[in-house]
Amino acid sequence: MTEVIATQTPPLLHKPSDKERKYDRQLRLWAASGQAALESANILLVSSGAGVVGVETLKNLVLPGIGRFAIYDDEKVNAADLGVNFFVDESYLGKPRARALTELLLELNPEVQGDWYPNGEVKSLEPLISNDEAPAFTVIMYTYPIKPEYLSLLESYSQKHKTPLVAIHCAGFYSYFQINLPGPFPIVDTHPDETATTDLRVLAPWPELITFAEELTKDIDNQSDHEHGHLPYVVILLHYLEKWKTHHDGKVPSTYKEKTEFRSIIQAATRTTNAEGGEENFDEAVAAVLKTLVAPSLPSGLKEVFDYEHTDPDEQKSDFWIIADAVKKFYEEHKCLPLPGKVPDMKAQSEVYIKLQTIYKTKARKDAAEILETVRATPGGDKVDPAEVDLFCKNAAFVKLINATGGGKISSKADRLKEVYVYHSPHTAQEVANDEMAEMTLQPLSLFPIYLALQPTSHRVDLNSPPIKAEKILEEVAKLVSDADKNEKVIDAAGEVARAEGGELHNVSALVGGMVAQELIKIITKQYIPIDNTCVYDGINSRTQVLRL
Amino acid sequence: MDALTGNITSEQDRWKYLDKIRTRPGPNTNRQVFDGSNVVEYMSKMRVLVIGAGGLGCEILKNLSMSGFRDIHVIDMDTIDVSNLNRQFLFRQADVGKFKAEVAAEFVMKRVKGVKITPYNCKIQDFDEDFYMQFQLVVCGLDSIEARRWINSMLVNMVDEEVEDTYKPMIDGGTEGFKGQARVILPTVTSCIECQLDMHAPRAAVPLCTLASIPRQPEHCIEWAHVIAWENEKPFPKLDNDDPVHINWLYQKALLRAREFNIPGVTYSLTQGVVKNIIPAIAATNSVIAAACCNEALKIASNCAPFLGFPDNNYMMYSGNDSIYTYTFKHEKKDDCPVCGNLARELTVDPTWTLKELVDSFATRPEAQLKKPSIRAEGKTLYMQSPPGLELQTRPNLEKTLVDLGLEERQEIGVTDPAFATVMFKFKLKFAIK
Repeated sequence: MTEVIATQTPPLLHKPSDKERKYDRQLRLWAASGQAALESANILLVSSGAGVVGVETLKNLVLPGIGRFAIYDDEKVNAADLGVNFFVDESYLGKPRARALTELLLELNPEVQGDWYPNGEVKSLEPLISNDEAPAFTVIMYTYPIKPEYLSLLESYSQKHKTPLVAIHCAGFYSYFQINLPGPFPIVDTHPDETATTDLRVLAPWPELITFAEELTKDIDNQSDHEHGHLPYVVILLHYLEKWKTHHDGKVPSTYKEKTEFRSIIQAATRTTNAEGGEENFDEAVAAVLKTLVAPSLPSGLKEVFDYEHTDPDEQKSDFWIIADAVKKFYEEHKCLPLPGKVPDMKAQSEVYIKLQTIYKTKARKDAAEILETVRATPGGDKVDPAEVDLFCKNAAFVKLINATGGGKISSKADRLKEVYVYHSPHTAQEVANDEMAEMTLQPLSLFPIYLALQPTSHRVDLNSPPIKAEKILEEVAKLVSDADKNEKVIDAAGEVARAEGGELHNVSALVGGMVAQELIKIITKQYIPIDNTCVYDGINSRTQVLRL
Repeated sequence: MDALTGNITSEQDRWKYLDKIRTRPGPNTNRQVFDGSNVVEYMSKMRVLVIGAGGLGCEILKNLSMSGFRDIHVIDMDTIDVSNLNRQFLFRQADVGKFKAEVAAEFVMKRVKGVKITPYNCKIQDFDEDFYMQFQLVVCGLDSIEARRWINSMLVNMVDEEVEDTYKPMIDGGTEGFKGQARVILPTVTSCIECQLDMHAPRAAVPLCTLASIPRQPEHCIEWAHVIAWENEKPFPKLDNDDPVHINWLYQKALLRAREFNIPGVTYSLTQGVVKNIIPAIAATNSVIAAACCNEALKIASNCAPFLGFPDNNYMMYSGNDSIYTYTFKHEKKDDCPVCGNLARELTVDPTWTLKELVDSFATRPEAQLKKPSIRAEGKTLYMQSPPGLELQTRPNLEKTLVDLGLEERQEIGVTDPAFATVMFKFKLKFAIK
């Protein structure tokens, strides 16, 4: 019996592949394009100290299928590793920790490649990263404490190859991580909230949309309840806007008062004598008035892109900037952005809704075509993929530039600390001062004291050296930010850092490993919005704060 | 065993880093309740229950084992599916089809020496109060609101004010894409899952008339295939969401309907997503949320630092879509919470409604979400879903209006639902004519 029914089933048109089935839950977030980017990524982890947060981060990248990774770690597996690191076991005691971590990570996903160093052939970090034959690293992350000479090697690699560099520091309940991007980092596919993306242009309709709305509403008062109750709310808004304009010198409602008045007009036009005692589509129109009747303005993220001044001529020739310039030209000419073209679902007859959708899509295609034309006329623009232009047009209002001011040069650690001291002192002092204010205003407290308190242990690589005392930490902090050692929060934070004695708590490292993995996924796939540029975590109060440092 | 080190790794050496924190007070430790000398012993004897061995559950089992807990129990009724492998890191391709709780427990016990994990391949509803009473802490990594509500009401109802051991802290995690939340519930002391129910409002259902006559979105076509076409044609005796042949049948039906109405966008993947209500999930987010939960577990068990739930904040929201944003706050306990409060909750109803309309409304109210409610009012049974005899007797009431049934403004009604056997939801009627 079942067999008979089964033969009636049409064959699969698109049977998901094994890989699609395995990665189904993540493909719904970053699609095949994001997955392809992950699969070609090559990540280097330089691990030391207790060595947990790095491997926890890699775990979250191996599972979704990055291409390959390499771990550099000078330590041998010891007893303390067994109590804090899940990717070692007894059989590895005394053996290279990089090997244990790599082998146990590789068990998680047979599609991922991994190497460990130092090994028989490559005996130190220097030859590993100066091998120009080897595939380049997509991202490098390192964990504190780190030897200063390793750090300068990584920084010069990052500078030479324009490789994002991620630093992570975990001690006890505290942690921070910092992402150094090699230059401005634009993202087009930012995945804004669906509700934020509606752009219906009812204040600036184009001829096809006007005609469509007029057609549907020309005899609005004599329509049957069924017809009236199925007018799409965009059409309702357009109809009553036209009416409004005839009584207001051709102007649309602009003040809050006018908009609420306009809203009342639509409310009053709702039929209540029908069977349902109201009309869903008119309810939708009423609800849409305040969000929809907004004069177009340039979103801050895109403004930053438009106003960005290039320091690197190569950068300017990238596809993103060629498209951005074309969109800017479009904006200056039309005083609006290209139409995204998406119509949210609304009460309407199927056929009418599909027509409305087509009108928006056609206009969006026209705008995109105009931008593509500008792109093609730009030197280097002939190679730009039209799909990229389409994506930019769809997301224009949500395009975001990360690291707009920084980038370029990465100085040595010692210089960088001086930079923090010289250039960021005013900022730093401000962060600390804000805290005193915060206590009065009950704003969330700044986590900057945690960042400061972690600095003095950045290079304490030897876990067997005598533990650092809180007083010593404060002394070092005062060298970075004078008087910070007298701030109560900094004193507390120093006490917590001293308590950990350079050890990691598994939970904190797992949590931060999750956050860093999310950030790396965002950077590798160029989807969603990464932090800019430092995230501090406080495991005592279960809070995070993102700071630009 | 490695000759270099021998097998004598002492427990102190092994838990060196953890013990620095859990056995020694820091600047934030409440020294009145903290006793560092007792922590290691206490935690190793503590019995912890983990509910769920999926995305969060795998992480939770790892984290608890690495936090000094030694007696862990885990419940999960599910078996391993290939789509779990992108995040449920204790499972391999060869484990597909096996019970999650069993495989996860075995893996962690093998990796972390000295930890005992007891798996239960069944539903939480299969156990009674006596079972739950043996634990000192419950950590949940669940994907259904219903299961959370069930265990929540169980733990709240177990509290005997006179007996300290009856208070079982519950730590709950949840994720969706790059977002998630971790919360701590101290039964009857803090806000409970039921108090917070309106934060998880059910997704608004598409009206049946849209599905039946005016579809506009690919989802409408898929729901039509799912709800209407399947019922009419019954191609297989029972719809199995995990059977690709069944999903394909729905996909083909949805595709034909979409073609008829010129609606683009119906795909196999979307069909599967709509029918199974798939929530995107990744390892990274599970890692964040599970660790946030277990960090609270460690703090609660050892008092080595203040934890969520006391005195103020009890809820951490996490979002990684746009930069990283967390919001840690106090969700207030509700006096009219049907599970942990004493007061009846106000329920706005139209007195001209039939009892059936009232019964149906419970499913969609964000603050109730009861699918099979039975209703009583001061001594009278108005409607019972079961047993069948009683259902038959009370069924005629469904057609009567609330007024006809003698219900009055401010009157209290009691509602029960088989999904929450132990709870009587109390409501006070408020009349409002639409």
